[in-house]
Amino acid sequence: MSTPNKKPHSSQNTGVDLLAWIDERFPLTQVWNEHVAQYYAPKNFNFYYFFGALALLVLVNQLITGIWLTMSYKPDAAHAFDSIEYIMRDVDWGWLIRYMHSTGASAFFIVIYFHMFRGLMYGSYQKPRELVWLIGMMLFLVLMAEAFMGYLLPWGQMSYWGAQVIISLFGAVPIVGDQMATWIRGDFVISDATLNRFFALHVIALPLVLVVLVYLHIVALHKVGSNNPDGIDIKKNKNHLGLPKDGIPFHPYYSVKDMMGAAGFMFFFALVIFYWPEGGGFFLEAPNFEPANPMKTPEHIAPVWYFTPFYAILRAVPDKLLGVMAMGMAIMFLFVLPWLDRCKVRSIRYRGWQFKANLTMFVVSFMALGYLGTQAPTAGLTMLAQFFTFTYFSYFVLMWLTSPMEKTKPLPERVTE
Amino acid sequence: MIEPVNKARRQFLVGATGVVGAVGATCVAVPFVSSWQPSEKAQAAGAPVDVDISALSVGQMLTVEWRGKPVWIVRRSAESLAKIDAQATELRDPASEKSTQPTFAKNAHRSLKPEYLVAVGVCTHLGCAPLYKPNEGTVTPDWQGGFFCPCHGSRFDLSGRVFKSVPAPTNLEVPPYRFLSDTMIRIGEQDKETA
Repeated sequence: MSTPNKKPHSSQNTGVDLLAWIDERFPLTQVWNEHVAQYYAPKNFNFYYFFGALALLVLVNQLITGIWLTMSYKPDAAHAFDSIEYIMRDVDWGWLIRYMHSTGASAFFIVIYFHMFRGLMYGSYQKPRELVWLIGMMLFLVLMAEAFMGYLLPWGQMSYWGAQVIISLFGAVPIVGDQMATWIRGDFVISDATLNRFFALHVIALPLVLVVLVYLHIVALHKVGSNNPDGIDIKKNKNHLGLPKDGIPFHPYYSVKDMMGAAGFMFFFALVIFYWPEGGGFFLEAPNFEPANPMKTPEHIAPVWYFTPFYAILRAVPDKLLGVMAMGMAIMFLFVLPWLDRCKVRSIRYRGWQFKANLTMFVVSFMALGYLGTQAPTAGLTMLAQFFTFTYFSYFVLMWLTSPMEKTKPLPERVTE
Repeated sequence: MIEPVNKARRQFLVGATGVVGAVGATCVAVPFVSSWQPSEKAQAAGAPVDVDISALSVGQMLTVEWRGKPVWIVRRSAESLAKIDAQATELRDPASEKSTQPTFAKNAHRSLKPEYLVAVGVCTHLGCAPLYKPNEGTVTPDWQGGFFCPCHGSRFDLSGRVFKSVPAPTNLEVPPYRFLSDTMIRIGEQDKETA
């Protein structure tokens, strides 16, 4: 029985009390402040700074739609293709969830490529953000594995033959290569065993790794602070409270801005899902609407668009082992970029013409290779692919050679608007 | 009295525990790594396949499945066999020195009977199934008939021998096989005396 003079708690007080109760047992307010409400980010973020948050949004989309898809999908070579058709035709809203997932994969790579381009442009990989970059590159690698394994699951012609080609890449390794390929497949050919284990890796193992790496990526970022389009350190200019003058708290400033970006992104994402889910054969390839047939390779096989730049490099080299190595190096070189760039200036805004020309050449090479990777290999196109493979790798060599002698512009004291 | 820390002893104990722990972790990894190997069932699925070739006319190709892979049986014409070595200088390994094949296939026609080629229809580059292109000039202007891989442009002659300057490193694999009769081939088995 309560005493008559005690006033009942208002809901406001209940909330405060609850938070205090939690804070005594878990650092909720502390974590919230450290990473959100009092995480000071540079105030001059531009368009390119949407893509980190968008990558997180697409990851959540993939996780949720993926969980829903596993409820109707069957990881069995005899039933996989039919179960996808079942999802598309018979499951309520199955088509929408499936398209959100399959188109989401392409959206993921569009977002990630913009995100990486931002890093290249503004030197976000440079000291002290090397680990942010390395963890990000690991994320990219795991994401590629995740996408590749997911593409086998519909068990269509392109699923089958794409996996056949990519797993055979391991066969190029001297001596143990064939055994490795067999070990990965769990059979002497791509089979039910391969499908079943790729399913396990795609829905459990790699998503867990992705989530952990995303966590580490953000922890590392928040330790060193975000870069910005000027590439200057905002922590050098602090006010009397010790807060960076050019920084603004992530929440509410960037949380609201990112929500705006998310709304814009989802508008275009919905347009594609509803009106262009196959992406003209780039998001879902035509041969994948045929069940896998181990006896017959499609006339023209190409990976999904986000792998084609690396695929074009593989094809450009007329030697099995060297081709595989070139493809691997194309990604490995990106890992060591922080140590290849010897310039002290980060942002493209203040760097020399060599950097600008070099980055332009790299982007053109990447896109040209991406296009060539979708085309059937003719002698002329192979020559072109060889040319662009050369320019792709030149980026890294020229970065190392020209970065110390670039004539850079003077850096501003404060970020510019 | 507080005993001083014996650092050497502590280091030894940490080291010894680490070594034993590493050995244990390696042992535990064995079943997990091995479970990715082909299962007993997958290994047992390699039973031989009998193929009736009586309906195969000259120039035709028959594809059968053996161990999950396509195996081709091609009946070559006398004309094409006559000029089988015409492009030998353009081949990477015309004498089949580095091929995966039974010893009986180490010749220009790479088969038991010159007329019939039996080969695994899997490109030695990255595992696509090459296309049968028997007609002259269909792939390159001087094409004499053979196999063309649509994935990465590898070319093979009518004996499945790889051309130079294509990505595939070796000739197409020839499986073990033997003739049960004039019109029956058993793929996956070969006669002892020819092995």
